[in-house]
Amino acid sequence: MPSTLINVPPTAKRGDIIEIKTLMSHIMETGYRHTETGAVVPRNIITGFRCRYNGVEVFRADLFPAFSANPFISFFTVATDSGRFEFEWTGDNGFQETATADITVS
Amino acid sequence: MMNMTLSTRTFSTRRQFLTTAALATASLALARPAIAQAKPRVVVIGGGFGGVSCARTLRALAPKLDVTLVEPNRIFTACPFSNEVIAGDRAIEAQQFGYDKVAGNGVTMAMQSAVKIDAAARSVALADGTTLTYDRLVLAPGIDLRFDALQGYDEAAAARMPHAWKAGEQTVLLRRQLEAMEDGGLVVMSVPANPYRCPPGPYERASLIAHYLKTRKPRSKLIILDSKDAFSKQKLFQNAWQELYPGLIEWVGLSQGGKVTSVDATTNTLVTDFLQHKADVANVIPPQRAGRIAAIAGVADRSGWCPIDPVSFESKQAPNIHVIGDACIGGGMPKSAFSANAQAKACASAIVTLLAGEAPAAPKLINTCYSLVAPDYGISIAGVYAPKNGLLTDIEGAGGTSPIDAPPAVRNQEAVYARAWFGTITGEVFG
Repeated sequence: MPSTLINVPPTAKRGDIIEIKTLMSHIMETGYRHTETGAVVPRNIITGFRCRYNGVEVFRADLFPAFSANPFISFFTVATDSGRFEFEWTGDNGFQETATADITVS
Repeated sequence: MMNMTLSTRTFSTRRQFLTTAALATASLALARPAIAQAKPRVVVIGGGFGGVSCARTLRALAPKLDVTLVEPNRIFTACPFSNEVIAGDRAIEAQQFGYDKVAGNGVTMAMQSAVKIDAAARSVALADGTTLTYDRLVLAPGIDLRFDALQGYDEAAAARMPHAWKAGEQTVLLRRQLEAMEDGGLVVMSVPANPYRCPPGPYERASLIAHYLKTRKPRSKLIILDSKDAFSKQKLFQNAWQELYPGLIEWVGLSQGGKVTSVDATTNTLVTDFLQHKADVANVIPPQRAGRIAAIAGVADRSGWCPIDPVSFESKQAPNIHVIGDACIGGGMPKSAFSANAQAKACASAIVTLLAGEAPAAPKLINTCYSLVAPDYGISIAGVYAPKNGLLTDIEGAGGTSPIDAPPAVRNQEAVYARAWFGTITGEVFG
């Protein structure tokens, strides 16, 4: 079962630089392991991350093998307006998870 | 049946070790005449399990060696079993040992701190101005807590949020805080990433604190914030927690946001990337490094620990200086009193051989770590290690852990073994 953790400041002043933290946990497979019979255990990693702030993309990342099994991604943005952050993780085998957090900007 | 399996495992590894030790002693007996004339000098820094074992073994193998043990404290307070002091089941005095018998062994005691080491001149400067020269130096300084690694956690903060990771006053402080806490209180522990002293120690501590809470303050809760996703004897611990302390212990691993990024001692708060935990009692076990003298001697690398040759325990960074115990990079060997004691004997044997102008043989080392999950419930992990590719490496299949499913009698017997082990090792080292 995947699980998400996000940390967005609930309030900020307009123009503040704010830090956003995210952690996505899931059962990761490198794609380099084999079963006892020699078959490759299929890869299952997170390959994409995107953050929208009131519908506008403010951060995006492509992820590759050798990234953390459960990627912790932290970034900064400028608090412009009250509204909603939307987070989306995508990965192998059609993996998709979303999360949201609201911010009040004064 | 389970019990028999366990005993067989324990006995076979012990027998193997005794044989190895006997062989080492026999080969050293031959080496003695060569060094008899020179009377070489070995200085050992650090009066814990590693340092004392090494000094005494040196004297036992080569009675004419001049061996000096440098240690500023007159009383040693042992870490193994100190979690029982925290849980209120044991007096701190039961952890304390003096050096009278060590001196009686012909080891010269220098009750001072070592402040400087000159590897080129082969000399050690002590705090009182004395200088000791050596042919071989052994460093067994244990750990230093890194008060620069966790934001907000310095020595002053440790007086409010004890680490209790060096036994003594800090152990008693954590005990007093738990005693003073009201029923319904929240205990929060912070556990560092590897490597650190005593890998299963934090989880034994959590178990024994939970035992105290369940017995005396049953509405209380314990949260473990961990910088790792896996830990030593994890399945055994977690099964036991479910069995003995259901709902009392919450373990939060790294991928669940368990890494503590800062603490605030004024409010007793532990902060992760996602949450703040305000504790009634906070036990912060910070990241660690080799004891300070290792860096002064120039034998610690950027990791803060000391790379060694796994055969002789000689530093890879400075000649004629050996590092044993928690301070060294022991490869697969955990940082434990058992490891330190085993490494000390192998190192002493290697030093006597080197002083005789011969090449030391590759050692085989054993470690066993017992943990108490309750006063009458013990679990253990054992391993056998040998040099491979420049590191002490776990010999696959030679060790093992307690069975996952075992009747109470087996757990009870392991608790008995654990206490017997502590009696044996402290008797051997300090008695």
